[in-house]
Amino acid sequence: MVCMTIVGCFLVLVLLAATDLVAANWQKEIGVPNAPPTLLGPQPQEDTGAIVVPKGPNVDLSDIDPLAPRYGEWAERAKAFKTEEIVKAETLPLGGDRLGRDVLAKVVKGAEVSIVVGLSAALVATLIGTVLGALSGFFGGKVGDFLEWVYNVFTAIPTILLIFAFAAIFPRGIGAVVCILAFTGWTGIYRLVRAEFMKHRVREYVRSAEAIGASQWSRMFKHILPNVSHVALVQLSLHVVSFIKSEVILSYLGLGVSVDQVSWGTMLAEAQNEMILGYWWQLAAVTAFMAVFVTAFALFTDALRDALDPKLRGLE
Amino acid sequence: MAAYLIRRLWQMIPTLLGVVLLVFFLFKYFGSDPSVILGGLNASPEQIEAIREQLGLNKPVWEQLYIFIKQIVTFDWGKSWATNESVANLFATRLPATLTVTVPILILEVVLAIPFALAVATVRGSLTDRAVMICSTVAVSISLLVYVILAQYVFAFRLGWFPVQGWTGNHWTNLTTYAPLPVLVAVAVSLAPQIRLYRSFFLDEIGHDYVRTARAKGLTERTVLLKHVLRNAMIPILTNVSVLLPGVLVGSFLIEVFFSIPGLGRELLLAVNRGDYPVLQAFAIYLAALTMTFNLLVDLLYKLVDPRVVLK
Repeated sequence: MVCMTIVGCFLVLVLLAATDLVAANWQKEIGVPNAPPTLLGPQPQEDTGAIVVPKGPNVDLSDIDPLAPRYGEWAERAKAFKTEEIVKAETLPLGGDRLGRDVLAKVVKGAEVSIVVGLSAALVATLIGTVLGALSGFFGGKVGDFLEWVYNVFTAIPTILLIFAFAAIFPRGIGAVVCILAFTGWTGIYRLVRAEFMKHRVREYVRSAEAIGASQWSRMFKHILPNVSHVALVQLSLHVVSFIKSEVILSYLGLGVSVDQVSWGTMLAEAQNEMILGYWWQLAAVTAFMAVFVTAFALFTDALRDALDPKLRGLE
Repeated sequence: MAAYLIRRLWQMIPTLLGVVLLVFFLFKYFGSDPSVILGGLNASPEQIEAIREQLGLNKPVWEQLYIFIKQIVTFDWGKSWATNESVANLFATRLPATLTVTVPILILEVVLAIPFALAVATVRGSLTDRAVMICSTVAVSISLLVYVILAQYVFAFRLGWFPVQGWTGNHWTNLTTYAPLPVLVAVAVSLAPQIRLYRSFFLDEIGHDYVRTARAKGLTERTVLLKHVLRNAMIPILTNVSVLLPGVLVGSFLIEVFFSIPGLGRELLLAVNRGDYPVLQAFAIYLAALTMTFNLLVDLLYKLVDPRVVLK
């Protein structure tokens, strides 16, 4: 129950971030660079070594400085273009990054990107896996053999290599990451759905549907699919977790979202350098957000599997 | 046995052909034009045309495919577009570094996970069991990146127990000086899910009738677990190891990137970033072939572990 609440909260957060209600201005530099979290208090003032006003006989150069008469005039003119003083916050709720951007806003925006990528990639992968699995399991024969061959080909190449190969040919961006993960991640779902369809194809209820003249499509998607949908649903939520993790790694390596976007992966990439300078809050924020969401989602998946697929209960 | 082997090898051919076709068409029709990549930003149309001619891109598709297949069979991939190093040489020089890291990882992982999982499985349902399970669930949720960043910072940068990163030409120095930290991090991270998985295998076996029989005839718990349960649980464990085995080649690419280990995984990532197609294609095809060979070997190993298995 707790995990469902947490997952729900995160989804609301994603919606709010997507509609720019929160974290819309994550790119604004609202704090001093590397502003510490509020709890810690502002950074100790570094001794910048203020320039000591020189004293001595040769200090006043105004009679030999050719520009001296015009200093006053320039100061007057400069006043006309007085720039707006932005007061930068000394501390931010969860600290600031190298540019003084709010880590809280960033991590929320990053959550939006990472979760949206994870969810949509899992949706697309499930769709591909289910449709192909249904075709292969239902028709068997030539179609089945062909799809089995495609499956064998995709599983023969190590996953990470396949991901890299796809990453090499796609441009960077959210859509591309979704495509990469979906095109490489559908195989497991395909296998399970295919097995289910093969099992159900010869069941009595499907035969009776055939007897009353239900078409092949209707039998596949109206009769069998609802009965095997629990498999697809459980796989969907399992894949969300693994795809979020993959997205983080891809973005960290610079193969994920483009540079003007933020995701948990790009934040971790920044955090690595900040860590050495002792600015640990960005790393902590990302880790905490990700750990909470992924744990909650994993528990939610377990619950979903127990509810939909009682046979598997207690196996893990 | 021989007939089985021959049939399995025969079955690998269509799959390999599929891999070749997939890689060929993926890069041919979805990748950007190689001549543009090679020509750079300021290439004139004539230069682009010359590159196309040189790479044979103006030939009909089937002829290009023929050349592609010929390259695979003769192991002649030409040179990397980015560094002009021959692809075969790349393979030969990067593989040892990768193996220096991944082989210890795999061995340690399996050797450590089995006793831990067995221990956790025997105390099933107790507080320890639940605590271990919850810890591993949470631990798994945190990205591998975080562990690597923290471990590198704490153990190498702060405490100075290990070098932060580095590699030399000497295998022994590599293994004893530079490899330990990456190996330890990788093992620590993957241990939790492995224990979880193996625990479920053991629990599955403990529930069987033969375990009750063994206990009923008065065998000690130790004998039951180590002789009966462990032997039977080896089958799913072996399957799992066979899934991990291909990872020995590129699996630890993140570790390699982090610790600047000049291995296959890091080379692959560089190739992706440079759009270095020959390297990527060669890696994809050979690693696929190696993966299939590994799987075949594991199937043969089943027979060794479990005499009941009939190879057909």
